[in-house]
Amino acid sequence: MTAATPSDATPHEPAALDPASSVLDEARALVDDLSLATVRQWKAEHPGALAIGYMPIYVPRPFLEAMGCLPVAVFGGGDQTDIIRGDSYFQSYICHIPRSTLELALSKRLDVLDGMLFPSICDVIRNLGGMWQMLFPDRYSAYVDLPQVFDEERGGRFYAAEIRRIAGDLVRRGARPLEDAPLRAALAVENRRRAALMALDELRRVEPWRVRASEAYVIARAGSVLTTPAHTELVNRFLARVAERVPRAYDNVRVVVRGSFCEQPPLALIRTLEASGCDIVDDDLQLGLRFVEGMFDEDAADPLLELVRGYLRKGVATASRYIADDVKGEALVKRVRACGAEGVIFAAASFCDPALLDQPMLEAALDRASIPHTGLKFAENTGQFQVIREQAGAFSDAVKLWGSAV
Amino acid sequence: MSTATNIEPTKSPAALPTAKDDSQRRQKEMIGEHYERLAHAKDEGRKVVYTFVPGNLTELLRSLDLLPVLPEINALQAGMRKLSAGYIAEAEKLGHSEDVCTYVKCDIGMMKSGGVGPTGTKIPEPDLLLLSYTGCFTFMKWFELLKEQYNCPVVMLHVPYQGEGEITPEMRKYVVDQLANEVIPALEKLAGKKLDMRELGRRLALSRQAEDDLVAVWESAKHRPSPIDGYFGGVYYIGPIFSAFRGTEDAVKYYRLLRAEVEDRMSRNEGPMTPDGPSPEEKYRLVVEGPPNWTSFTDFWRMFSREGATVVASTYTRVGGLYDEGFRHDPERPLESLAEYCLGCYTNLSLPARTNLIERYVREYEADGFLINSVKSCNSFSAGQLLILREIEKRTGVPGGFVESDLVDPRYFGKANIENRVQSYLQMLEARKGRVVA
Repeated sequence: MTAATPSDATPHEPAALDPASSVLDEARALVDDLSLATVRQWKAEHPGALAIGYMPIYVPRPFLEAMGCLPVAVFGGGDQTDIIRGDSYFQSYICHIPRSTLELALSKRLDVLDGMLFPSICDVIRNLGGMWQMLFPDRYSAYVDLPQVFDEERGGRFYAAEIRRIAGDLVRRGARPLEDAPLRAALAVENRRRAALMALDELRRVEPWRVRASEAYVIARAGSVLTTPAHTELVNRFLARVAERVPRAYDNVRVVVRGSFCEQPPLALIRTLEASGCDIVDDDLQLGLRFVEGMFDEDAADPLLELVRGYLRKGVATASRYIADDVKGEALVKRVRACGAEGVIFAAASFCDPALLDQPMLEAALDRASIPHTGLKFAENTGQFQVIREQAGAFSDAVKLWGSAV
Repeated sequence: MSTATNIEPTKSPAALPTAKDDSQRRQKEMIGEHYERLAHAKDEGRKVVYTFVPGNLTELLRSLDLLPVLPEINALQAGMRKLSAGYIAEAEKLGHSEDVCTYVKCDIGMMKSGGVGPTGTKIPEPDLLLLSYTGCFTFMKWFELLKEQYNCPVVMLHVPYQGEGEITPEMRKYVVDQLANEVIPALEKLAGKKLDMRELGRRLALSRQAEDDLVAVWESAKHRPSPIDGYFGGVYYIGPIFSAFRGTEDAVKYYRLLRAEVEDRMSRNEGPMTPDGPSPEEKYRLVVEGPPNWTSFTDFWRMFSREGATVVASTYTRVGGLYDEGFRHDPERPLESLAEYCLGCYTNLSLPARTNLIERYVREYEADGFLINSVKSCNSFSAGQLLILREIEKRTGVPGGFVESDLVDPRYFGKANIENRVQSYLQMLEARKGRVVA
């Protein structure tokens, strides 16, 4: 019954009448372009500058930008890439993103990148970094060991040394040295983007009919290949356009989606959840851009320390980050309350150890707080959504009718 | 030194009797004694610390009279004793995904089933969880899960990964600083006394002695025939030093016994002990990468031993310390050497470094083949193994083999399939030998 609310049947006006359609098309084109044409164009406009790819979830992009580099978020091949060679490097029980990422690299679609960074989020991405060293010995790659000890004296010092190590490597490859003034400027630019993304997230929470999660996702992910100012401009332009949308009635359940921080679900899966009667008012898709909660101090005397502190003190609670003294799942419960959600959908990539090991603890926290939840698994190239539609529809029906998934 | 072929019946009446040598029996006794000590720990007022094999700080714990419990050891013991399937089912009923590490699920299931350990005695609840986050991301999630169950403190020791293939001064300092400022104070608080650095130094010196003897045992496999099986037999050899006994007189005695036993066999040109008795002939020398399957361990071993295949070196036996690369615990540099130990465990090496190590093993141990047992549970080991396989073949010309199983989930041990693969692989090695000779 849920699947056919008026708002789902016609999410928005026909494209010709939707004031946001052109921005969405622009963003979608950026997301879909696995040839990284935008990055090639940027490099042509900035001779000698480096484009540095990085795997999910988080690398501290401002230091790269301060060195004149373009950070490029790499999310694998999604559902658009035929895996020809990538599968031969991984067993069937390994998640999908490393095989499609390798496919992109082996088919030379990542050749435009001057380097790749592999942050410490799980053993698979860690080992993919080692594979990169072996398969592409002439290209720069580095492992970014994000600390799991969050005091400045130990974790902070180690993390700062990690950033300086990579910065030194990049200088030897032609990047500008990492200096305070440009790093402060990069933190300021990042703050503008954070403000724009926070406005986008707030709009989704307050008026989910005005911005669907699938749209916000595309707008956020477009930043993968853009400079921070260019992305900020795109987000703000989208916000201005959606303000012109005509209000409409809706009768959906407000849900939070969790578990999709690294391997991304196909866009059709997000739309399937929406079509099943769910307004996704918060998610951890594109978590890297939101990893540090709040703003940086743009005037910090030591901007590198400020960047480090952002991670240590304001890093978001997610599966790849050790939860030391806090109660596991408490952050999720707070998030659900803060955005007025009525339930949680766990959507984890198949064989994603961090997400799947986290899930029982998060479920327990939700149970304690009497928040209904359901769970599904996906791969980035999942193509069948009927089961997911039925599951999400049943969940939203149950929440709507009884306030519970039971 | 006796090399008697002692045949002990296994618990299953249907199973064939299994031969064991003196060191294997002694190792089994030591593990049993440790579980017995654990069973009475609470009655005796002793404090218990859960921690992991890679990056374990046994000397530190023992210096403070703390007893270590290693959940991986519990899980693998449960696997060998056919208890793991039920525990995993219990965990999956509680919502743990079928996709994730079965060590974790076995441990959770055991805990939810009353906390009775593999030897039938109660495993005491932890007084502290020492999260030595070394070479395996899952360790972190594992102790987050246990933290939910036990009302006890958790101490994190974040050991950086050797992503670029080396231990940097910054890494070493980071670990030493954590040891000095976080780990040791927390352990002292639990123990109710200050750490005696002389006692720690004494224990590190004991570790060193045992490590010297263990390396001699590993390197004995360079002899033809190898007097040891460095994988199936090797997992018995690492039992004491990887678990609760490093830095103890017991471990020193055990490794002296083992070394003498092995050198005795070597002097008489005898092969290793196998489940069916001394190996009659060494037809193939293999290097193996990846952990073994524990639920059908003896069956798996026999697939090799009955074909005359001896494993001369393996990587799994280096997860708790890579001593044959030269590392030794050092009483003169106690915290630094503990840090280097943690940083140097096999699964904390980069993939290129792992590949280089395997290449060295293939060459130095004059292996005929290189085989990977890829386990579903362990991404730390498994992700990238197919590239390692190709690379080793390319560099050494030695053919690679590949089988898949799991650590302690019997559903993933397809005996017929694995046996077919192993036999085909060994037949290929045989045919290749013929070609080389021709």
